This record gives sequence, C-alpha cells and structure tokens, in this order.
Amino acid sequence: MAEYIHVGKSVTKIDSLGLAAGMEKFTDDFPTEDTLHCAILYSPHAHADIMDLDTKAALEMEGVVDVLHFKNVSRVLHTTAGQGYPEPSPYDTVLFDRKVRFIGDRIALVAAESREIAVEALKKISVEYKVLEPLFDIEKAMNPSAPRIHGDEEHVEIPVAYRPEVNLAAEVEIAFGDLEEGFSEADFTEEHTYTMQAASHCAIEPHAALAFFDARGRLVIITTTQVPFHVRRIVSRVLDIPLHSIRVIKPRIGGGFGGKQEVILEPLVALVAWRNKRASRIVLSRREVFVSSRTRHAMRIRLKTGAREDGSITALEMDALMNAGAYGTHALTVLSNTGSKVLPLFNKIDHLTFTGKSVYTNLPIGGAYRGYGATQGYFAFNQQIDMIARRAGQDLLEYCKRWHIQEGETSDVFRALGEGKKGVSQTIKSCRLSECIDRGAAAIDWYEKRGKQLKSGNDRVKGMGLAIAMQGSGIPQVDMASASMKMNDDGSFNLLIGATDIGTGSDTILAQIAAEVLCIPMEKIIVLSSDTDTTPFDTGAYASSTTYISGSAVEKCARNIKARIITAASQILGLEEEDLSLDMEKVTAPKSGQQVTYEQIALSTLYSRDQLQIQAQASYVSQESPPPFIAQFAEVDVDEKTGRIYVVKFISAVDCGQPINPVLVEGQVEGAVVNGISYALWEDYIYNSSGKMLNPRFWDYKIYTALDLPEMKTIVVGSFEETHPFGAKSVAEIAINGPAPAIANAVYDAVGVRMFDTPFTPEKVWRKMRS
Amino acid sequence: MEAVFRINGKEKTFSFDSDATLLAVLRDSGYTEIKEGCREGACGACVVLLDGLLINSCQVFAASAAGKEIITVRGLGDVHSPHPVQSAFVDSGAVQCGYCTPGMVLAAYSLLQKNPDPDDSEIKRALDGNLCRCTGYVKIVEAVRLAAGRMQGNG
Repeated sequence: MAEYIHVGKSVTKIDSLGLAAGMEKFTDDFPTEDTLHCAILYSPHAHADIMDLDTKAALEMEGVVDVLHFKNVSRVLHTTAGQGYPEPSPYDTVLFDRKVRFIGDRIALVAAESREIAVEALKKISVEYKVLEPLFDIEKAMNPSAPRIHGDEEHVEIPVAYRPEVNLAAEVEIAFGDLEEGFSEADFTEEHTYTMQAASHCAIEPHAALAFFDARGRLVIITTTQVPFHVRRIVSRVLDIPLHSIRVIKPRIGGGFGGKQEVILEPLVALVAWRNKRASRIVLSRREVFVSSRTRHAMRIRLKTGAREDGSITALEMDALMNAGAYGTHALTVLSNTGSKVLPLFNKIDHLTFTGKSVYTNLPIGGAYRGYGATQGYFAFNQQIDMIARRAGQDLLEYCKRWHIQEGETSDVFRALGEGKKGVSQTIKSCRLSECIDRGAAAIDWYEKRGKQLKSGNDRVKGMGLAIAMQGSGIPQVDMASASMKMNDDGSFNLLIGATDIGTGSDTILAQIAAEVLCIPMEKIIVLSSDTDTTPFDTGAYASSTTYISGSAVEKCARNIKARIITAASQILGLEEEDLSLDMEKVTAPKSGQQVTYEQIALSTLYSRDQLQIQAQASYVSQESPPPFIAQFAEVDVDEKTGRIYVVKFISAVDCGQPINPVLVEGQVEGAVVNGISYALWEDYIYNSSGKMLNPRFWDYKIYTALDLPEMKTIVVGSFEETHPFGAKSVAEIAINGPAPAIANAVYDAVGVRMFDTPFTPEKVWRKMRS
Repeated sequence: MEAVFRINGKEKTFSFDSDATLLAVLRDSGYTEIKEGCREGACGACVVLLDGLLINSCQVFAASAAGKEIITVRGLGDVHSPHPVQSAFVDSGAVQCGYCTPGMVLAAYSLLQKNPDPDDSEIKRALDGNLCRCTGYVKIVEAVRLAAGRMQGNG
C-alpha cells in the first residue's frame, strides 16, 4: 500500500479550535438588522379540517407585522425531503393547509418585531376546527374504511407505488426464488415480529433559519441544513422566487443525523423576508424540534426464516410496516433501505421476499435518521440469526463468518432495490467482516463469557451479544459531488466544495485528500464549503456519501490541478512533463535534479509568462455504493430483580476501507454507538390517547450522558476499496445499527428472554422474565 | 433595567427587560459563544461561570447577575492563545459539531479548578449536565484527562 502524507493520519479537525474557543458561527449566531422574528402556531388536534381562521386580533397587536396561513400563502405541493430532483418522496406537503394531520402540524406563522411579541400573538389567532377521526395505528390506518389523511392532489413525481386513498405513502416488493419451496426445504422455521419506536435526532443545536437581502436585493438564507443546494431548489419552487435570486449558506452546523436533511423552516423565513422586504429569523424550541421536525420512523417488522439443521437459511420473508406519520418525507427510501441495506449481508438465500408498506398516520412526521431504515432491519435480522445459530447448535461467530457476503460476491438485492427505482448491481470488492468479528470477539473475551451466565454482583447476570451489519457509501448513479480549486501566489490553494460538513469533519477530510494529491501541508489548503453562490454543487450530507463521493470529486479535481502544475513547471524548466514529479510543495526532475517550487510556479503563471490562473474543477457520480461492514459486541449485566440492563462494555470493529482520518472514524463510531444504546434502552415518543407527545423535553426524553457510558472500544479494521482513490468507504451511519440487536442478544444470553421491541425498559425485561 | 456585569474581565453595562434570562441578554449582546440547546436547563450548552459557579444561563435572570463576574468560553482563550482545556479538546478529537463544546469546555475547566487530578468517574460526573450527540463522550472524557495532565505539567 502506498505511503501517504495525510491520508490515514489523525489530522486535527480544521474548525475544532475555533469551535472550542466559541468563535465559529452557527446559524443563529449571525446578526441581522431590522429583523422580523417568527413563531409558529401548531395544531392541537391530530386530525381536523380548519373551517375558519381569524388573524385580525393578532395583526392588531403592536409589533406584529405579518401573519401567514392557508388563506394568504400559495398552496404548492412539495416534499420537505432534501433529496435529489425529482425526489422519490411524495409531494404531499404545503406550507399551510386547510387541514391539520397531527398534533404539532403547522397552522400559521406570526412575524413580529420580537420573538416575545410573535409568541404572544399566536394566542390571538382563532381557529375553528372540524375534528376528524385520528389514526395512530398502522393496521387501522390501512383499513379501506379508515378516513383518508391525504387527498387526491397529493402525488408522486416518479413512477412509484403511492396510494393515499388507503393511507399508503409508499410500497415496496421484491421477490427471488420460490418462498414456498424454500420453506419446504427447511428443518425449522422462526417467525417473529420486531418493533422499533420513533426517536428524535437530538442534535444539540435546534433547527434555525434566517433570511435577509443583500445590497443587490438578492435573498440570502443562512440555515441549519445538511442540503444547501436542495434548499435553494425547493425554496425557489415552493415560493416561486427565481433560483438566481436565492443564495443559501450553510455555516457551522450543530449536528444533523438526518434531522436537517429536511426543508422545513427555510421557505418560511424566505417568505416572510420576501413579503416584507425585511430580514427574518426563526429558532425552534426543543419542544418544537421533538414534535414538529422529524423522527426516526417507528417500524414493525415480521421476519420469517426457514433453516436446515446445519443452520443454512433456505427461505427468508421480511415484511416491514413503517409508520410514516402525517407526511411521507423519506417514506419510500427509508422503507427500501430496510431491505436493501440488510438482506445482501447474507447473500446465499435462494428464496427471499421483502415487502413493505409505509403508512400515513396522525402522528409526528418520520424522516431521515442515521441508519435510515437499516437500523430497524438489523434489529430483526441479528436476533433471528442468533436464534438460528443457537437452534442449529452452531457457534454464532463461525456461523456469521460462513454466511456473510464476501469479496467477489454479489446479491440480487443490490440490483432489485434502489432509491425509488431499481437498484444498481455491484460486486463486493472489499470486505473484512470476518476479521472484524474475530478482532471484536478477542477484545471482549467473547468465548470466556458467552453462554456462561456469569454472576456479577448479587442479582446481576452477564450476557454477551453480537450484531453485524453493512451500510452503503452514497447513492449510486444518483448522488453527485463536485469541487473546484485555484492556486494562490504562495502556492496555496482554495478548495471550494458543495459538500456539507455538519460536524463530521468532512471539510478536514476533503482537505486531507486534496493535500495528499498535491503533496502540500494541510494549512496550504483553504477550505470553503456549502455556499450556493460560491461553491459548486453537491447533493449534501446524507446516505453516508461525503468521504466516498465528495472525496472522489476532490481527488479528481486535485489531479486536474496537478496536471496543470506539471505543465507550467515543464514550461518553466524546459523539461518534458513525463520527467517531472511532485515533491513537498515543488515540482522536481529526478534525473537532472532541477526543481521549481509551487510558489515560483504560481508567481510565474500569475504575473510573468504564459499567464493564467491555475485552476480546475471536477464532478463525480459513483457507479456503485460499496458497503462498509461492522461487528458490534455488547456485554451486559441484567438485574434479575429489577429487569434493568447495564451495558458494561461495547466493542465495535469496523471495516470502512482506508480510514482517511482514524480519530474522526472513531468519533463517528462512538457517537453512533452511544446514540444507538440510548435508543435501545431509553428513548421513546410517549403519546396520550389523542396523539399528543407527552415528553418533548430533555428532562423527560432522556439521552445518554457521559455518566451512562459503558467501557467502549472502536477497532478500525483497514481494507482498501478499489473504487475510491484512497480506498475509503463510508462510516457515518453504520455503527448505529448494532447496539439494539447486540444488547437484545446479550439479554437473551444472560436471562433467556427475547426482547422484540425497543426500548428495553426495566419493566419490559422484568415482565418478560416472569412470563 | 440596566446592570453592570464583569464579563471576561471587562466591565460592561447591559440594558434588558427585568424578566430576561442571562442567556438571552448575553447572546443578544454578541456573546454568541453561549449556545442555546433547550431553554430549560437540561442540556448544558448555555453554561457560563457566574462568580466561579457553573450555571445554565437560560435558567438565571439577567437581573440576578448584576455586579457579578461572568466567564464564557471566550474568556478562557481564543484561537491565538487557547486555554489548555480548549487545546486538549482539539488534540483529543473531542470536537465534532462543536455546539456543545463551549459548555463542555467550561464544565471541564470548572472541574479542574476544584479538582486538578480527577479520575474518570469524577470527570464523567462533572460532565453529566452537558449533552452531546456527536462524540459519544469518549473523546471528551479523554480530553479532560489530557487537559488535567497538561495543566499539572505532565503533558
């Protein structure tokens, strides 16, 4: 393997000191002059028609400038999903509708001279409702006699199944072989239903957006987004404002995890600014983020497997019912991912079906969330293979190593299931999952503790669980990234990228890649990202795409720059290009010993001879989506008296190809693992019988803190993915898939009960142990 | 009403409504290094040191801080001359999105003032009031350990 100067090194994140010193700016940190502050009125009913709405009293309040609602805002159907165009999510949303579809749905917006006035004015808006029967249960919502949540105008932009008449936001079906035949070959079957709950991303920065006019009358939007280019496109369309009049800037972002892949607030602040020709601003409260932004989709998965005595799986039938909530943003693609990111992992099952339905209900809206459906699928899959291995008397680790997809192999599922269309066939070129399993098992002393029910303390019993998973690296043949670079007088370079750093460190990683190709120190790359006026297009930060796809674009761009530098050097030195190569910040001719520094090349090309700006650009679309792989091990103690689960140790061994920055890789894994454990044990949306969320605050929706941490370890198992210039694959999402099933399998190992639904509260575990 | 705070070593006069929170007043005055995560004292993004005590500024009336000494994360150091706690966060990879970082740095600083050589459980307890969703806390705990060592001259 090549020796790298930057790739594979834990370079300090370029924005980290500014962040630690409180100097970097987030959306709400930018001052605006003469600003209108916005507050939103939300529906108190889960399902109702708005018969009338009166804003007179609100408008009469001193300091209230504008009130937006269905009577004065155009009804433009769109999706809030920040996806590529045409989006695979249904166009079922308008800014303000005559109908409300969940407690927390938007009714009106007040723009006022202060936030306090705006909030006060909300109380003066009177709304007359005709309350309709609400639907919370997915089975009931699918009943043909159930009331409809969406009407006939709602539609999809691409040819996919969409049946709002039976409250279906999306449907998916793939089948291979003959299920009946497969099950007839089986010696035993397992059939279970697994459920996972809704959850909040809990980025510590709440959603915020502000809009103002620049000196040329163009609208500038600064926003907490993962998808600045999609924001510009969707705002332009929804508000009928020319796209060229809009500039979207993504500043520092306080965490995303999918929650900011949604275009929720930007059209609102843009509209207030556009109507009033003044700056406008909105910052959601934590309660609003919980209730009215987006959640992980609650899902119920029925999984049936048939296996022979030796454990080989003859047939697999997976059926996923997803609660989309009130709107269908990401309804199709999250559902598809439950199959497409899970089923290829065991690729030797001849008879297989995956069916899924995404169902509208009158609950908060599901959306993109780290793991994106795979998390729910792996919860079912990993428990099922634990059961099969146990029944077949097989060692679980050997069983997984025998049956998981290997280098040089493929799966029909890759081809069959894409994002709103057929998938893309691919052969696995890098897979070190077996090594991940071995190294993780060694680190946690698997064989010393598994199946031993060791006592730890008076009432505590120890159990060990494993979960394995894969994910993808970007959306093949869909996601596009681009980069441009130019050379400065001193031989430094500006790197302009559309890629969206939401705290992951992608600005740093992409700079490492450029610096590697150009053989320069990191500080000679000046990064500017995610400004629709100045940086080239990128689909954004989602689908685990940035290192793989944007990274490839940057590498290609840097190679183009390198070619121009060599050309300039050859003219300066009077040597053939093929005799030249790059050394640290200079071009050298190894044969003659001649050399010219980047600074000399820059000064020469900018000021002296054959003058030109050395610059380049490149775009990249991937033809495939190589999966990273992970093996995750949980050691838990279960308190037999109380049912409480203590996660004592958690080990993740990940194959993400060549890690560009190992510390950032570990950070991604550790963050995802702790979120995953917190979700598995605690986090939940608790509703009353009217569909109102009862715990929309951190005091009642508990997430892990430092005090709750288990002993954790991340093992980076290197591989080289040949489709990436530096061998990298993704790592952002994958590690959230393992905690719930690994803990569930560990609980079974400890006390012999199967936990089929998250979160695993002490009460649920206690009841199971006694039933 | 008006009040004088001594903030990051400088005396300044602030005018605000009597029911305004310290968080709102300071952010509106440009101290945007103090972050707002929940407005209910549960996340720790808005902590400042008030007369040396670590408090959630969203839970304190600005009026009650009159005449007191306030230290924000920028009072500890800046990019030109960072405090050892800030440098340790950077060097440990403890900063991901960075939104919780000002609060985490202050919580760590406050701990090390009282306890220059904390063990891991003391560090974790000191950070219990500060939520982070990016890092999984592992590298933040490491950063505090590193800062403690450096501040004692062992790093």
